[in-house]
Amino acid sequence: MDNEQECCSVIWLQGATCTGCAISLMNSNYPRLSNLLLDEVVPGGSISLKFMATLMGATGDLALEVLSRAEAEGDYLVVMEGAVPTGEDGRYCMVGEKSVADQLSEAAPGARAVVSVGTCAAYGGIPAGEPNPTEAISAAEHLETEGIDTPCLNVPGCPPEPSWFVDSLATVMLFGLPGPEDLDDVGRLKSVYGELIHDNCPRRADFQNGHYARHIGDEGCLVEVGCKGPYVNAPCPNRGWHEGLNWAIKNNHPCIGCVEPGFPDLMGPFFEKYGPEESEEMYRRLK
Amino acid sequence: MKQITIDPVTRIEGHLKIETDVEGDEVKAARSSGTLFRGFEQILVGRDPRDAQRITQRVCGVCPTAHATASSLALEDAFGIKDEVPPNGRLIKNIMLGANFIQSHVLHFYHLAALDYLDPERVTEVTECGPQVDALANFLRNTDGAPFEPQYEGDYRLGPEISTDLCRDYLDGLDIRKKAHELLALFGAKMPHNMGTVPGGSTKKPEVGTIEKAEARLKEISCFINNRYLPGALALVEAYDDYFEVGQGVDTFLEYGGFYLDKVGEVPQDAPVGLLGGVFSLDDYGVEDVDLSEITEEVTHSWYAESTAGHPTKVKTSPDADKEGAYSWVKAPRYRGQPCEVGPAARIMINYSRGNEYIKGRMDEIMGKLDIGLKDCASVAGRHLARALECKYIADLMKDWIEELEPGAPSVAKYDMPDEGTGMGVTSAPRGTLGHWIEVKDGEIENYQMVVPTTWNASPRDGKGRPGPIEQALIGTRIEDGDNPIEAARIVRSFDPCMACAVH
Repeated sequence: MDNEQECCSVIWLQGATCTGCAISLMNSNYPRLSNLLLDEVVPGGSISLKFMATLMGATGDLALEVLSRAEAEGDYLVVMEGAVPTGEDGRYCMVGEKSVADQLSEAAPGARAVVSVGTCAAYGGIPAGEPNPTEAISAAEHLETEGIDTPCLNVPGCPPEPSWFVDSLATVMLFGLPGPEDLDDVGRLKSVYGELIHDNCPRRADFQNGHYARHIGDEGCLVEVGCKGPYVNAPCPNRGWHEGLNWAIKNNHPCIGCVEPGFPDLMGPFFEKYGPEESEEMYRRLK
Repeated sequence: MKQITIDPVTRIEGHLKIETDVEGDEVKAARSSGTLFRGFEQILVGRDPRDAQRITQRVCGVCPTAHATASSLALEDAFGIKDEVPPNGRLIKNIMLGANFIQSHVLHFYHLAALDYLDPERVTEVTECGPQVDALANFLRNTDGAPFEPQYEGDYRLGPEISTDLCRDYLDGLDIRKKAHELLALFGAKMPHNMGTVPGGSTKKPEVGTIEKAEARLKEISCFINNRYLPGALALVEAYDDYFEVGQGVDTFLEYGGFYLDKVGEVPQDAPVGLLGGVFSLDDYGVEDVDLSEITEEVTHSWYAESTAGHPTKVKTSPDADKEGAYSWVKAPRYRGQPCEVGPAARIMINYSRGNEYIKGRMDEIMGKLDIGLKDCASVAGRHLARALECKYIADLMKDWIEELEPGAPSVAKYDMPDEGTGMGVTSAPRGTLGHWIEVKDGEIENYQMVVPTTWNASPRDGKGRPGPIEQALIGTRIEDGDNPIEAARIVRSFDPCMACAVH
């Protein structure tokens, strides 16, 4: 690696998560995970993944020393995976005798930005679903409560498809933090999340021609079996998953809206069509 | 007596703390503590039962399809449709679960466990190893080596050649586990968290093109397992053959069985293919049938109200973060009151003893070559070996399932959801044996309970003070250097703990 490279340290924290976001990133194709770790992410720019419990060699106290050192060196990005449980003083999620809430509070002030990967970190996600037993909140909500003004970029999805994360990371590395004009009203890059699933759905013709699935397993537009595609912004129809191999609606499964705030409560029941009131509410939110 | 604590245990799924009491250099007592609670069993209550499919997958991003499978079986049972699932639906569920096993086992061996044995710096001693390994060597020469380094100091015995092979396969293995996800996504839309498994089967009818794409991927995956993973695991356990004597845990092993195409939703202990179930005891090498009514979860040392303890159909989850004497969010499942180890080692021993010809033939060969016995599966080295062999077995089974698919035929049963019902879904999962129990009332989930593989393995003590399997496996271990407790880390990781699963 030559010295003119800009190398950005990354501290990847994990709160109330299933590790699915980390596993999804491992599916990245061009760049592969090995490219991201060993080579450049963008021309002239690479990352150094200092702390990430899932992959790092160090364990126990040694891992925590690595974390402290990276924080002390400064100039890093925090990637937050998972929601932040705040009930019982954060004791629902502990790492090295410290709550993940405190861990985030310590790491965030020195960070260029906090990238909230996945719907849990971005909006609370499943852990924050009714009755939210651990009082889980998003990373941005936690920082606001703590008065920490480090900017947040949301990369939701349960989990996000790897290119959504890699695009968001590369955008920050190339152009710095996105301004308000680049983000939608729930903190996502418009360049990634800017289009409605329904507008790009390959079954749009079925919708317009009144060819509807009535049972799971039927072909046709899936709105009658609960598809939330008309209310959801994500690049699934354009990019697909696994390099375009498949995605929910192509696989004949209704979209469950996993990229949106309020997932899962506002998106359930997943296999029931919204009534007129819920539909109105969702359209209002979209505007 | 001094304490050695590993917190956090990294390179596993989730949040785990291990505490040991050490006298001299020997572990006298150990406490395994799950440190993340999310409350899935509470979050599921009041929702549409069909949503359990999508929500329970999110318990775990490493093995979501195991939860999808157990959940679909529980719902089929509750809806009274378990005999109506068409053959394509059952085959697809098996293929998807099999692909999830492969992804999980490859990930565990290379990306989670290997750095316990492998010092990646050794690759810098070798030149011209192919572009990927050369890139790694160059990276290690010029940087601080993050995230691979630093590691504990310890006995990294593998020489430059084996180290180079393992590093190559670490990098190639990233692609292989990705291909396993692609294979799964051909039928399940995406991974993690598939959008295909539903009660009644699978949403997508298989097409000729799907089958071709799946077969081609499986060939590449099998080639890797046969030529890299299994030989790599054998080479590793040969170099660390003293670890067949380290990390032995409890004496009882449990598996409900899985991957059957008939007898769905029961515990089929005599099916011709798949992973056979049973309760295996090291005392007499006997295998008994599993009686699912004998499963209980205890919470004496877990942060839950006592009302949470009992058989999964009879209790509701009620957390209590201030509970006296508790040290973990993991409950303590017991079979007839006994702690049980679950996972590939348990399955290999059970299937060997049940007369599964495939497993028996290959294990006899391996045991002869390494001069070990069947009981040695239950050790640090044995668990890695068992996982690799199981991975090969499942890949071989998948070939048949893909060939049996009937393009264009239905893959899902149509049904009307009843307002009331109870259901149970049990299956094999990558880390052991998995059960979901559901009660439906007024068209909503009234109760949902999961007893998950790592709940068994990482369980804390029970009411009688008996340690869980990981705790037991640590007792008696000699830790040479308290600042670098690599022996303990190797033991814990050999179980492939999944803590998000264990607590949920």
